[in-house]
Amino acid sequence: MDFKLNDDRRMLAETLERFLADNYDMEKRHGFAMQEAGFSPQMWSEFSQLGIIGALFGEDVGGFGGEGADLMVVFEALGKHLVVEPFLPTLLAGTVLAKSGGNEALIEKTIAGESMLALAHGEPSSRYELNSVETVAKQDGDSWLISGNKSVVLGGGAATHYVVSARTSGETDDEQGITCFLVEKSDAMRIRNYSTLDGYGAAEVTLENAKGILLDEKDKGCSLIEQAYAHGISAVSAEALGAMTVATELTVEYTRQRKQFGVPIGKFQALQHRMADMLIEMEQVRSSVMNAVGNLVSDRKLREREVSACKYLVGTVGRQVAEEAIQIHGGMGMTWEYSVGHFAKHIIMIDHLFGDTDHHLERYIALGQDL
Amino acid sequence: MDLAFSDEEVRFRNEVAAFLKENLSSRLSQKVNIGKRLTKDDMVEWHSVLNDKGWLAVNWPKEHGGTGWTAVQKHIFDEECWAAGAPRTVPFGLNMLAPVLMKFGSEEQKAHYLPRILDGTDWWCQGYSEPGAGSDLASLRTSAVREGDHYIVNGQKTWTTLGQFADWIFCLVRTSTEGKRQEGISFLLIDMNTPGVTVRPIILIDGEHEVNEIFFDNVKVPVGNLVGEENKGWTYAKYLLTHERTGTANIGNSNAALEKLKRIASEQKKSGKPLSQDPYFAARMAKVEIDLNALKTTNLRILVEADSGAAAGPESSMLKVKGTIIRQELNDLARRALGPFALPFSSEAMEEGYNEEPIGPDYANAVAAKYFNNRKMSIYAGSNEIQREIITKTKLGL
Repeated sequence: MDFKLNDDRRMLAETLERFLADNYDMEKRHGFAMQEAGFSPQMWSEFSQLGIIGALFGEDVGGFGGEGADLMVVFEALGKHLVVEPFLPTLLAGTVLAKSGGNEALIEKTIAGESMLALAHGEPSSRYELNSVETVAKQDGDSWLISGNKSVVLGGGAATHYVVSARTSGETDDEQGITCFLVEKSDAMRIRNYSTLDGYGAAEVTLENAKGILLDEKDKGCSLIEQAYAHGISAVSAEALGAMTVATELTVEYTRQRKQFGVPIGKFQALQHRMADMLIEMEQVRSSVMNAVGNLVSDRKLREREVSACKYLVGTVGRQVAEEAIQIHGGMGMTWEYSVGHFAKHIIMIDHLFGDTDHHLERYIALGQDL
Repeated sequence: MDLAFSDEEVRFRNEVAAFLKENLSSRLSQKVNIGKRLTKDDMVEWHSVLNDKGWLAVNWPKEHGGTGWTAVQKHIFDEECWAAGAPRTVPFGLNMLAPVLMKFGSEEQKAHYLPRILDGTDWWCQGYSEPGAGSDLASLRTSAVREGDHYIVNGQKTWTTLGQFADWIFCLVRTSTEGKRQEGISFLLIDMNTPGVTVRPIILIDGEHEVNEIFFDNVKVPVGNLVGEENKGWTYAKYLLTHERTGTANIGNSNAALEKLKRIASEQKKSGKPLSQDPYFAARMAKVEIDLNALKTTNLRILVEADSGAAAGPESSMLKVKGTIIRQELNDLARRALGPFALPFSSEAMEEGYNEEPIGPDYANAVAAKYFNNRKMSIYAGSNEIQREIITKTKLGL
């Protein structure tokens, strides 16, 4: 048993944290989010040069990381600065590409910051159900033509390449019959680009006979998507942990400075104990993220149970931390100008990615029933 | 990062499990599992089984007859003991007094008292709390006035767990009223058979006699029974509070309680189906299981760090708060799972020889009583509010 980071990861963490401290304050972050792409292409290129994009991929596909602990280190640091560059979309689509094999050239260009990836899986009526796919793919000679609507595609506006799930057999909610395709951006796609409430790029994507290359085996794509989501959930949970850490630090610091009734409000026990509870619960989240990232390579059932447990806890504790951070700040926590509200927004909106607390609690129970 | 136990640790766990299978009598484990009342003899018997194996003093170094185990090994031992339904060891002599004696006691005290704790000659109890000194322990008033070769002790201690069985009590007493309150406290060992010592039971809400009041009326205590220096007792007591981290999170206890809860919930029916399949009840069970699994990892993180030499910090406060919340939630769920059969209660049915037909399932009798009994967990050993104070001071710096 060992909970420490090895030297490589400690260096990765230090490099990234130093870079973000120097280049990514809240004002700059808002500026990046306002750029046309929804992030800063310039920063993306710098992240690439620092090796941070490569840290999302294993050595077998040309990266220099890719393990759970790498994801935890990178995304926790990203969460502390609310980084808007598309790491999460890259990880999601990249995981499918890496696991299906034969995509080394594209991954190489992604790590170099030249190609941009997105996973187009969710649909207007799928909510959080992994199996719910209506988009269809029809074979056309050697290639496939894909048609359908994909909803809230993270990084969907800026992507050059999409991993698209489509039904190749079975009914809408069947686990079998979902296949993953690689689709290069083309005129056969309509992309409606927007920014999420917490400032991240996403898009509604409509495909009309878009040309796709088959990834991995036909009809077996659901397992690839599930693994991509497992990585995405672990990563975004670490990101939430980073954001919660900063939200709590800001809150504690604020109670030191802010005076009412002639004393710093941090002297009031009613606030102290709630902040102590925030720390206690965040320690639970840290352990849960470790359980998730540490089991990404485990058997499916154990992996998915830990992932759902983690996402449930992140959602529950996240809401507590975000709401308390705003409440304890009082009116200041409500302002755009002060940063804590932006952390709170991201923490809360993460609950809407890949299934919320209710979804994952139910899933955790279902996965445990046949253990 | 590696979440798995090492091969050695797995071997160790198997060794412990095998020992328990061989040496824990089914009489004892059945009493524990079904919630029967344990007698002094039961506890003495289990101590002696462990002592014969050399596994009684898990927290002691080898030189004093302890196991010398790592923090992780102690945790594994604790988990396996709870899983097997072993009685818990009585911590007052073993885990509370002994570390203080080893660190601050004289050579004579160590040589005299430590072996007697191991072989069961002395049963110890703890004399800290007083009617006017609970969370604010430093306000204690029980006085010890030096007269020649003796201290004359007057005052009252309370909440003395299992003091009715005790031969000795280790006490915090006031030896000075000068200066800071904390600087006038001494650590004194008192023979319970000394004239002037009176024990009165306090019956708790579950009807059980677990704790006591102890009165001291001009009790003569030889000065040789002072541990360390006069007026330094507060330092020793604080050392004691931060010394022991293994059991703080109640992991083994909660593991066993969760297993028991799952069994009850699968046997109890709601609308013809096991209660465990009721979505609302299943959700409550899953929530506490998720919390417990995260706490297990937190606990191991802290234990691994302790094994690498890190000093105890406010982490034990975090473990205490979360660990007791989880344990109490499990008590609440077990009580609810029984439905109406949580209501019947017979004190006699908690006795070993009780032969009458149980009302409801045989494990039901003590469940609601245990729920009430375990309300103590968030109160004792520094209430959860005091733990949050510690976190506020040390981690938040407020």
